Amino acid sequence: MSTAERSMGLGLRALNRLAGSDLLDRAGLRKRVERSVFQGTRRGFRTAGAASRSFNAVARLAGPARQAAARAPGLFDLTPDDEQQMLREAIDAFAAERIRPAALLADGACATPPEILDLAAELGVGILGVPEELGGVMAERSAVTSVLVTEALARGDLGIALAALAPSAVATALGLWGNGEQQSTYLPAFASENAPAAALALLEPRPLFDPMRLETRARADAGGWILNGAKALVPRAAEAELFVVAAEAEGRGPALFIVESSTSGVFTEPEPAMGLRAAATGRLILEDVRLPSTALLGEGHREVFLECVQRARVAWCALSVGAAQAVLDYVTPYVNERVAFGEPISNRQAVAFAVADIGIELEGMRLLTYRAASRADAGKSFDREAALARRLCAEQGSRIGSEGVQLLGGHGYVKEHPVERWYRDLRAAGVMEGALLV
Amino acid sequence: MINLEIPKKFMPLVGQAHQVAVEVFRPISRKYDLAEHEYPKELDMLASVIDGVNAGSGIDGAGAAGVRRDTSSNGDGANRNGSNLSTVLSVMELCWGDVGLLLTMPRQGLGNSAIASVANEEQLARFDGRWAAMAITEPEAGSDSAAIRTTAVLDGEEYVLNGEKIYVTSGERADLVVVWATLDRSQGRAAIKSFVVERDNPGLKLDRLEHKLGIRASDTAAFRLEDCRVPKDDMLGSPDINIKQGFAGAMQTFDNTRPLVAAMAVGLTRACLEETTAQLELAGVHIDHTAPALTQHAAAARLQKMEADYESARLLTLQAAWMADNGKPNSLHASMAKAKAGRTCVDVALGCVELCGSVGYSESGLLEKWARDAKILDIFEGTQQIQLLIVARQLLGKTSADLR
Repeated sequence: MSTAERSMGLGLRALNRLAGSDLLDRAGLRKRVERSVFQGTRRGFRTAGAASRSFNAVARLAGPARQAAARAPGLFDLTPDDEQQMLREAIDAFAAERIRPAALLADGACATPPEILDLAAELGVGILGVPEELGGVMAERSAVTSVLVTEALARGDLGIALAALAPSAVATALGLWGNGEQQSTYLPAFASENAPAAALALLEPRPLFDPMRLETRARADAGGWILNGAKALVPRAAEAELFVVAAEAEGRGPALFIVESSTSGVFTEPEPAMGLRAAATGRLILEDVRLPSTALLGEGHREVFLECVQRARVAWCALSVGAAQAVLDYVTPYVNERVAFGEPISNRQAVAFAVADIGIELEGMRLLTYRAASRADAGKSFDREAALARRLCAEQGSRIGSEGVQLLGGHGYVKEHPVERWYRDLRAAGVMEGALLV
Repeated sequence: MINLEIPKKFMPLVGQAHQVAVEVFRPISRKYDLAEHEYPKELDMLASVIDGVNAGSGIDGAGAAGVRRDTSSNGDGANRNGSNLSTVLSVMELCWGDVGLLLTMPRQGLGNSAIASVANEEQLARFDGRWAAMAITEPEAGSDSAAIRTTAVLDGEEYVLNGEKIYVTSGERADLVVVWATLDRSQGRAAIKSFVVERDNPGLKLDRLEHKLGIRASDTAAFRLEDCRVPKDDMLGSPDINIKQGFAGAMQTFDNTRPLVAAMAVGLTRACLEETTAQLELAGVHIDHTAPALTQHAAAARLQKMEADYESARLLTLQAAWMADNGKPNSLHASMAKAKAGRTCVDVALGCVELCGSVGYSESGLLEKWARDAKILDIFEGTQQIQLLIVARQLLGKTSADLR
């Protein structure tokens, strides 16, 4: 079966399910909400990492499987290919029909309903980075495709998008940098019916955090590693079965480690934040966590770590583009319908120009993000492009979040409208490191 | 397939334009900034070079006429990188050299873009190879171009034009002036037409040349039109007053030229950033793109922010040109590009002067000149505010009556 046919199948399966299903099962959702509220409000409540399945290699790969890089393109082009277009349309529909209606409750509950996560998994968002040999669907890996998917999900809700995509960051890391043994041990689970929650933990809890200067330490010991430190705002930390953790490896510099959640010394605490609440952010605490030598990802190469940091930054840009688009979509009819002084407020330049500025800056954010991703796909350096995209998205995204509330005035400040949530979520793009990959 | 890199096939053109900027423009930049109203005679040679580049590259449109839309090749669905894209790329390079000199390059006037945009085939052939300036603004009508008072009255085989025009770029030096006039003031914007007037037409009287803040290498003329008789065939577009179509014909020029002005701003912005980056390197400050902004030197963080805005302006400009090449309506995106590029070049140029201190402010370097040149790019071909109006109307679905 060709790649196109396989992902066509995936998209259609999901669409079919979407079309057939009615609103969420209310009772089930309420129960979930109650449990999560309980969890989310008990600050400082520390638990051992979630019990993880036993990850065992069933069939070992001789060498690592790698998706081919996307074909080197020639002409300037802003049109997604057919496969990307199809995937995006499926996710646009999912975001509008299922994610957006669930966003308010998920934000309040500090958890995304499992039904939503299941549907996202059916659409294939979790396995874009998994090689075909290990159950993935895309022969080519493409950061651009990940950006389009991330943007489309975040247009529904940024927090839910983060929750849905968090495990795929781990799968993508393994697909890009895992060796044969690491891939055959962990990746098949991600392509299975019951894919694990997983998270890429990079950010640390302190001001002026610099990913190149980590305080989480990995000490070489008896042929393995011992990790100590804390990771901040890890999506779905409490339920994650697998982490990829960034730590300063003794004698090597910053590096990535595979950490199973049931390893002794792994703890998580709820860490609810201003936004991203649907992603159930938590703090990951590592106390003398002993890892085998095989836990080191990408042989500890500095370039691997740098690439990870940059791919994460591009992913956060894509999230902010999706959420900023949601703001523009929402304020446009609002300012046209809201009447003051006898006419729609959008007849006033002060209001209309604010909307124009959102549109202009948003389009720029999108183009910078696409460029960084397309350079990554073409195997070109993209550190400058990722950094510039991050600067623009952090600054303008946050401003757009603020303008969204401002344009609705008092109505923007109350939860009857979603703009106050976007105000909180859009601030994250300048704060977060890691967590997602494209 | 999404790709935002410059295609290889344009590299020779970009390289040649860059050479022109380095070898011809930069060495005489200061000279003609100081000697305002003096004709840069170096450019005559250059014009021949540019013609040669156009002929030799196999790619149309290193110049102002490259904005003509090739409607014949649309509809096959294949992605095209054509003359709109190549034109903005070469304009970016040339304006990295000097905006004022680009504006006064023979045969590269905005009037040439207007002719390329709306002339019929016969007119296109007749005006080929001639330098055309553009005259829209009047003392009482700037952004509100529907309010122009210059009149055109048909008298036999000729139109008779009367009125006053100001801010005509290359008005003194060009061979032709494209003059906007109304056939009937009572019928509003639909009655506004453009006329190609020979520069030596006795009815076209040069009043004065302006003394300006920047782009001093480029002459800016004021004219009076006194019973200026223009052959009927030199009117661009249809003579009918079509209320439904309104301004569309005339405004089509702007959809095509706004990306060009945005490209000018992008080129100037890059010049400022490169110079400032080099100056800050000398001072021991450099941008580390892997480090967070907040852990960098404040000057480096500022420079990185300016670079992000530059990149946004640049990509918006390429997008608008690419849309034109592919037959997509781009009026929204052309205005987005112009708005972002216009305000970015002013912010960046003034910011770079600040970052470089006295080195930026003094006439020993070119930063202070670029900061003066920059301001016009956020004004002509539609001010920042006009671009915002256009963008807002399109996003909000408003008419010009709703949102004024």
